[in-house]
Amino acid sequence: MQNSQPIKLRIFKSRLLFVSVCVCSAITAIPLLAILGEVLVKGWHQLGWSFLTEATPNAYKAMMAAAQGESLPGGIAGGIVGTFLMLLTASVAAIPTGILCGIFLSEYRGSWVATGISYLTDLLQGTPSIIIGIIVYIWVVVPTRGYSAFAGSVALFIMMLPLIIRSTEETMNVLPATLKEAGLALGGSYWRVMLQVLLPSALGSIFTGILLAISRVVGETAPLMFTALGGAAISWNMAKPMAAVPLLIWEFFNDPNLQSLIWGASLFLLTFVLFLNLSAKRIAKKWKL
Amino acid sequence: METIKDPVLRLKDVCISYTAGTMAVKHVSADIEKNSITAIMGPSGCGKSTLLRAINRMHELYKNIRVTGEILLGGENVLQMEPMEERRKIGMVFQRPNPFPTMNIYDNVLAGYLLNGIRLSKSQKDDIVERHLRGVALWDEVKDSLTKRGTFLSGGQQQRLCIARALALQPDVLLMDEPTSALDPIATKHIESLMDNLKKEVTILIVTHNMGQAMRISDRSMFMFLGELVEYDKTNVLFEHPRDERTRSYLTGKMG
Repeated sequence: MQNSQPIKLRIFKSRLLFVSVCVCSAITAIPLLAILGEVLVKGWHQLGWSFLTEATPNAYKAMMAAAQGESLPGGIAGGIVGTFLMLLTASVAAIPTGILCGIFLSEYRGSWVATGISYLTDLLQGTPSIIIGIIVYIWVVVPTRGYSAFAGSVALFIMMLPLIIRSTEETMNVLPATLKEAGLALGGSYWRVMLQVLLPSALGSIFTGILLAISRVVGETAPLMFTALGGAAISWNMAKPMAAVPLLIWEFFNDPNLQSLIWGASLFLLTFVLFLNLSAKRIAKKWKL
Repeated sequence: METIKDPVLRLKDVCISYTAGTMAVKHVSADIEKNSITAIMGPSGCGKSTLLRAINRMHELYKNIRVTGEILLGGENVLQMEPMEERRKIGMVFQRPNPFPTMNIYDNVLAGYLLNGIRLSKSQKDDIVERHLRGVALWDEVKDSLTKRGTFLSGGQQQRLCIARALALQPDVLLMDEPTSALDPIATKHIESLMDNLKKEVTILIVTHNMGQAMRISDRSMFMFLGELVEYDKTNVLFEHPRDERTRSYLTGKMG
């Protein structure tokens, strides 16, 4: 072993690697923490009951409040309602479709249809969201002659679909083959085995995937600009334009009178996304087979 | 060997091929005696599991596999029956215990009824669960934790639960594919000691690569080699006076 390096050099190299790993992790963490900190510091004093329950103030009210040195009245309730309604509508369509498609891809792995769909799913997942917005504008907004929350839901549906398909497919792929065999060997029909044995076993992971998909699209702004358009009032009408929290942030940014509402809305959105992510993690841990 | 009177299962010239031209099971014919235990032995790759799985049509999960010949259950060719109907009559226990992870012990025993869409009253359910858990000597161990998930049990207990699950549908035949190969010796012994009792209710066909196990538990034994049924006889006859040279060298450990 004449050529081996002296032990001190080896120890030094090993420590150097360890330190570099630590430094790189710190570099990654700093911007994340800085973002959280900035949003928290600037936004937390706006958060309050009225911020969550009242509609966005119009420019006149905002100006009056500013002139009298008061804090801005109103809040982002319109955006919260809109985000909630559009996510709900999109999820109702995307969850069953995505799960069934994911099951199909996992069951018919290797067939040309499944390979094709799988490829398209990847493509869809990589499509820039603004393009999805434009497409939905042409497909839904133009024929229905107006911006609507429904069109916004369609855009979110398209964005959620590949995420749910992928997570379902991956979950079904790792289920032990013996489960399916055991179910079939008891005389169960294919679909009963699927729905009563395999799907329940995969549900934890699929649910995690759904939550992550929701958290991915909840902050989407571009596709909603072309579809739901936005607004200030609290609207429950899916056929009319509707606000959403990310759209409000954009509107606040463009209106000098409303700029101080940006941070409260950002904090709300960030908290919601963090909550979804943490829940997804917990569920994944708890429901692990 | 003497002819078997009133066989419950008859294999007639069964051939199985995965790829065209090569046969995994070649022209196997055999009658299986009712309420007995028949062991299928042979070295790895001899087609014993393939044959067993074809009996309840599990082979249909794989593409391109072809089965010819006849497998008669009570005179009816199972290869032409509806798979769902057929599998209810022919239960199966797998190599690795596979209780359904989302179901508790109670529901695992009843899983066959659930999957077949058969509705039962509460008292019928209780009765089936207790009877079959007693049948596999698991009742005393789990009667206070029936609502716990089946996956919390030990490997041996899980396998007994799987046997109970298969027997709960009261099949005519129970196929066991190396049911103890993933278990420790104590759990194996436990299951072996059950089987003598179980054959009063059901005809058992068990694939094993363990000659000792075949000798201990079975009434009749088959020896398969390269897809061929080399020898089939009463277990004591086959072990003591094997007629074929290949059987003899397998039993004496020269092949395997």
